[in-house]
This record gives sequence, C-alpha cells and structure tokens, in this order.
Amino acid sequence: MSAVCLYFQVHQPRRIKRYRFFDIGNDHEYFNDLGERDTNNGRVLRKVASKCYLPANESILHNLNAYPEFKASFSLSGVALEQFEEYAPEVIDSFKRLVDTGRIEILAETYYHSLSFLRSPDEFREQVRMHADKVHELFGVTPYVFRNTELIFRNDIAEQVADMGYLGMLAEGADQLMGWRKPTFVYHAKNDPTFKLLLKHYKLSDDIAFRFSNKDWEEWPLTAPKFANWVNAHNGDGHLINLFMDYETFGEHQWEDTGIFEFLRAMPHEVLQHPDNSFVTPTEALTNYAPVGEIDAPNYVSWADVERDLSAWMSNPIQHDALRAFFDMEQEVKRSGDEDILRDWRRLSTSDHFYYMCTKWFQDGDVHKYFSPYESPYEAFIAYMNVLSDMRLRLKGVPKRKRSAWESVAHKARGVLQAIKS
Amino acid sequence: MKVLMYGWEFPPHNSGGLGVACYGLTRALVGEGADVRFVLPRKYPVAQTGAKMVFADEANPLDATQARIYASGYVKEGDIEFLRGKYPELQYGPSLFDEVLRYAALSPLVALQQGADVIHAHDWLCIPAGLAAKEALGVPLVVHIHATEFDRTGFGQVNQGIYDIERRGVHEADKVFAVSAYTRQLLIDRYGADPDKVEVMHNGIDADDSAVASAIEGEMRRLKEAGVGIVLFVGRLTLQKGPDYFLAAARKVLSHRPDTIFVVSGSGDMSKRIINDAAAMGISDKMLFTGFLREKELARLYKCADLVVMPSVSEPFGIVPLEALLNGTPVLISKQSGVAEVVHNSLKTDFWDTDEMANKIISVLDHPALRETLATEGGRDARAQVWRKVAARCMMMYTKLLKVLSHA
Repeated sequence: MSAVCLYFQVHQPRRIKRYRFFDIGNDHEYFNDLGERDTNNGRVLRKVASKCYLPANESILHNLNAYPEFKASFSLSGVALEQFEEYAPEVIDSFKRLVDTGRIEILAETYYHSLSFLRSPDEFREQVRMHADKVHELFGVTPYVFRNTELIFRNDIAEQVADMGYLGMLAEGADQLMGWRKPTFVYHAKNDPTFKLLLKHYKLSDDIAFRFSNKDWEEWPLTAPKFANWVNAHNGDGHLINLFMDYETFGEHQWEDTGIFEFLRAMPHEVLQHPDNSFVTPTEALTNYAPVGEIDAPNYVSWADVERDLSAWMSNPIQHDALRAFFDMEQEVKRSGDEDILRDWRRLSTSDHFYYMCTKWFQDGDVHKYFSPYESPYEAFIAYMNVLSDMRLRLKGVPKRKRSAWESVAHKARGVLQAIKS
Repeated sequence: MKVLMYGWEFPPHNSGGLGVACYGLTRALVGEGADVRFVLPRKYPVAQTGAKMVFADEANPLDATQARIYASGYVKEGDIEFLRGKYPELQYGPSLFDEVLRYAALSPLVALQQGADVIHAHDWLCIPAGLAAKEALGVPLVVHIHATEFDRTGFGQVNQGIYDIERRGVHEADKVFAVSAYTRQLLIDRYGADPDKVEVMHNGIDADDSAVASAIEGEMRRLKEAGVGIVLFVGRLTLQKGPDYFLAAARKVLSHRPDTIFVVSGSGDMSKRIINDAAAMGISDKMLFTGFLREKELARLYKCADLVVMPSVSEPFGIVPLEALLNGTPVLISKQSGVAEVVHNSLKTDFWDTDEMANKIISVLDHPALRETLATEGGRDARAQVWRKVAARCMMMYTKLLKVLSHA
C-alpha cells in the first residue's frame, strides 16, 4: 500500500529595500520599499496571494470537501504569517478554513525561516518556540513534527529538535543520505530510535514542483492519472510517498495556464482509485509506521539546487562574510534589550537574504536569479551589509553617523604615482 | 575562406580600441584557418598577426608618430584643422572626409588584386572603401560597427556626414556585426537597421595581448596594506567616457571615506575641465592624474587598484573592464555599456546615478569579501571571452552568409 504524505511550504521573506551607504544612520526602516521593485514586500505578497495562495487553498478545500480521505500538511513561516496579517489577511482566513477541517496538519519551523541553527542553538530554539506560539495564536493547534529551513538536516539538528520534544522531522531524501535505501519508509535519527524521520521522495516531488510544465521532459504533459500510476507502482515497495514542495509551485512557479490547479484537484481522485492508496499527515505517518533503519547525516543535506547541500546559502566569500557579520552581533543585540533592534536582527536571519547572494551559475540566469529581487548577488550583499552597519550604530545609541575628519593622503597619492612611473 | 578586411588603424600605432579589436579578431581568424588580407589606408609598421597586410596607398608611408596621430577613428575635423597647422609636412589628405574617400577610391584596385570570398569593413571610416570593394568584386560585405556617431558624441552634436555614411553602410551591407546588443539596438532605433541583418559580435580579450602584470611591488603594496582604497578610471577624457560622473562619485565617496585615492588614467579634450573641477570641489589632494599610460604601467595600475570604474555615457563595448579583471581587479560599469552583456559578475549602475556609484565604491572598499568574490567570478567571465570563440562565430557567419547568397 502507498500512503501519500503531502507537505507544502509557505514562506515569504521580508526583503531588504535598496539600502545605500548614505542611509546608514539616517533610515532604520529596512523592509518598507513601497516602489515598483520586487523588494516591495506588500506588493509581492499580494501578487503571490492572488496567483497562488488563494486559488491553491480553494483547490485544497475542494479536495477536502470532495474526498473524506484527503489530508495534507503545511509549514508556514512566521515571517510569512505576519506579512499575511499585514498585507493580505484573507489568506490567513483561507488557511483557517483548511485547518478547521481537522485534516490539515501544521508543522513547526523557525519563525524567521532562518539559518540560526548554523551558529546559535539558543536562537534556533527561541525562533522555533516563537513560531509554535504564532501557529497556536492563529490556528489553535500545536505542531508535533518539525521541518527545518529548506529541509536542511544534520545529526546535530535532529538531536536539538528531539530535545525540544518533537516527534520527528522532515528531511530531503538525498542520494548522499539514503544510499541504496528508499524514502518510502520511516527512519530514525542517529543513535535515537525514538526520533523519527520522513524523507522526501524527490523524484516524484520534483516531477510536480520543477518538471510539470517542462515541454522538453519526455513525460510532459503530466496528468493526474499518469502520476497516480507512478504512485501505484510503489505498492509493495514501502509505505509512504512523501511529496514535499513549495506551495508556490501552484500558480507562482508553475503558472495557472500550465494546468497545475487542475492537476492539484484531479490528483487525489486518481490516487484514491487504487484501493490500497491513502493520504496521511506527517504525524500519522510517524505514528503508524515503525522506523526501518537509522539515518546518519554527518554533513548538511538540504532540498536546494542539484548539490542538495548548504552551497546555496554559503559558498562564496560574500555569503560567508555576511553570515559572520550577522552572528557576530547576536550577543550585543540581545544584551541591548531593545525589542525593535532584536526584531530587525531576527528578520535578517532569514535564509533568503543569503540565497540572493549566491553566485553559482549566476551567469546562466538560473533559479537564483529568477527568485532574486536584486539585479545581482552583489546588490543583495551591499544592502545587507549596509543594514548591519546601521544596526551597529543603533546598538551604540548613536543616532547619526558623524563625518570623519579629513586626513590628507596627498603624500600617499604621490607615492602611487612614483610607484607606477618607476 | 578568403577575407578581405578593411581597417583604419592597427597596433602598435593605434590610438583607440578599434585597432586592438582588429588585431585580436584578425589573429584569431587566422588561427581558425581563414586567409585574411588586412587593408590599411597607408603604409606604416604594424604588429604581426599571420594575416597578409595590404596598404591601399603604398607610395606615401607614415612614420610611427604620424600614424598614431592620423589613424585614430576618433579624430574630429577640428583636430585635423589644428594638426594641419602643426604638421605642414604631412602629405595626408586635406580633411578626414577626403582621406576616407581617398581610401574608397583606392579600394577597388586592392580588391581586384587580392580577391575575396567576403569583405569585412570596420566602422564608418572604412564603409565607403568596403562598399567600393563589394561593387568591384560582387561578393558579400560585412559591416562591423564598433562605435557609432552617437557614442562618440555622447548623443550630442552628431556629424550629419558621418551619420549618413554609417547609415548607408548599415543598409547596404549584406550583414552587420554590432559589437554588443546595446549597439545593435542603437542601429535598429537610430539607423533603421533591419533587425534580421544585425548580429551581435562581442569583442574578445586574450590574456597575452592585454596588459597583465605579475605582481604588485614595493611602495604600492605598502599603501594597500595601510588600508588606502584605490579607485581607478581608465579611458580617454571625453564626454563619452563619463569622467565627470567619476569625479562626482569621487566627491561623494570622499565625504564618507577620506582615506581613498581616485586615479584617472588617460587624456583627452576634457582633461583641463576635470582637473579644474576637482580643484573646485576641494578634492585635488585625493585625485591622481597619470596622463596616458603605456601597457606595463597601466597593468601595474590595474593591479594596485581595488576597483576599476567605467562610467561611460554610451559605450558600444569597452575593453577596460576585461583588462582589469584579467589583472584580478573587480569592476563597476555603467549599464550603458556593451561589455556589461559579457561581464555578468560586476557592479552595474546607470552612468548618471552617482549616488549609487558612490554606494558601490564604498561597499567594495569596505568589504574585502565583496572585492574577492567580484574578482574571482568576474575573472571567470573575462577569461571566457577569448578571441578564438569570437572568430569561430565570425567564421560561421561568413559561411552562412555565402550559403544564403548562393541560394538566392
């Protein structure tokens, strides 16, 4: 039998506006672009709400009403939730209607969809707690299963999450993690038989998320019956088909005219045609099935790019430098006791800021460029570092940057001329 | 493939980028197996490329100085007037237009003597000669545009005569090569060129023919270690290259980061104005004017700079950023430049946005990680832009052109 476990990620960062050197000390609003750029968060949010979240929720609600067996799960970052409240409250209502059916599970994550796990276990825990509070406040439910930013996973993260009392967590079923093993079973974390793991079936997930509208793909067009056949083919070959993807797949990455919404509505019916198939939530999956083995992840694994590692966020010097500068401020930010500064600092922990600075294949106009609101990775870095400089000034309580004294470097200039002419 | 190529200047006695581009392309075409006959209007000593050099007028050779002065595609009628007074002994024609026509008049004979499968003419100076050769031989003509009259004048006082020649060339050629997508669009918008006829042919650069230095020495190294930021402008001091915008950005940077030196390398009709403006702004002590530098000196300058800025108002291509990157120095270039199409990993601004220019200059000076990433990734872009690839594409175009015409 095959139980389909659906998980959709909902996330929108607070993108930093074009923040110049001259703004340091003068402007403490980093995320309030109201112009025509893609760093206008309200504008982006309303656009994605109407293209994706609202129509996709309609489709999910239709499925829930039409098929009593249909179930799914969502993880909604706190930074996305608070922006819905701010710019498109109808999206919150729409998600509430889904959760109220009792067949939609909400997962735990860091409030800021952050990379806090990298350097600061304390901050990581705090953000997970903040997120759980927010989910409870809005939906009246408590998450039992955790998913980390971009499905980033490693043994020590599992340890921390287990220590926080979660039942289990989600991870990418990457080849380097699985080896010959299949993602269609439940596994457990290293040295901890009680902390269970669900591994993404990346082939079937990416068929929908990445390949659905690709006309060069030999399986195009992907229809619901065809997809259900692939699911059926796994019968006898495990328990679970874990379909994990960004919710923005529906209407934003795959546009409406590709037929993605029709697919979303038709898929449950086709899957349920087979008497052995069903849908499960992550908690049900982890409760119903015993782990068949241990997953040892000494290195980071994620669902990003072909490498499925951390290189999307930390591979070049500007990314490393920005992360270093960000974490260097943590103690001072927390000691300051200033709630506004702490909130802004946490908004800067969001993984997307570092993703925008990625230079891998920047020249080919690949996905990083597609998903970036900046003209280049360098613009993203410059705005980010200028904002950190302003944060440092705020921490010092200096309201305005002082003009530094003019020191003559004329003799040095002459030195340069000498050296060139020599 | 027998290519009869009409040029105007050639290294080592060239004054502009046209000669450098002609040299690089010719050398690489020979490498691709083409039989290139390269024609110049007058005889003077030139660098070897493997192509046969042909001089339209063998009888009146020029020496190196004369060649450099007169070969430039950028000279103005005013300059000619001035120079005519200064060099009465020169046997060159009475005006630049006359010289261009003289070249065209000698062209058919050259063409008949040399023969060709395809004729390739560079810029307006060679367009009449190219058209004459096409008429004489009845083979296809490629007109290669490296700069238009709009670029040279910064969209100011366009010389109608030059514009008309450019327009004829673009319309009567069988194929037009534009040095960038930026220039291609300009040819379509301002010259009514048929979009199907215009191909983008970016310039290349080879590590051995650019000015590449091996190391930074003594004094310079100490300066850098002392944390002095060095920002460099390389180019003619003319309206087109935007030295005034460089100056405006420098002032903004200096008010926040005084420990910075701005180096201007090059000369031109705006030299005096730029030096005076710097004085008026009170930043003369942070500005360094080197004048025109030879290759080795220029290479050292590239090496010691933290950032090279090219704020051109209108730049069909612009080789300076590629030279800088091959020397390991990152670049900030104007969006109004063709080279921006091939150097993806660079900082880009509009030439007029001096606030943004200053913001980016300060960021590069303050963040070594930014400098390092831009240099590494940008260097990759520059090294990918070898002439061999350009020439291979050029050969493909010739072949396609001959095929199309033989079927017609």
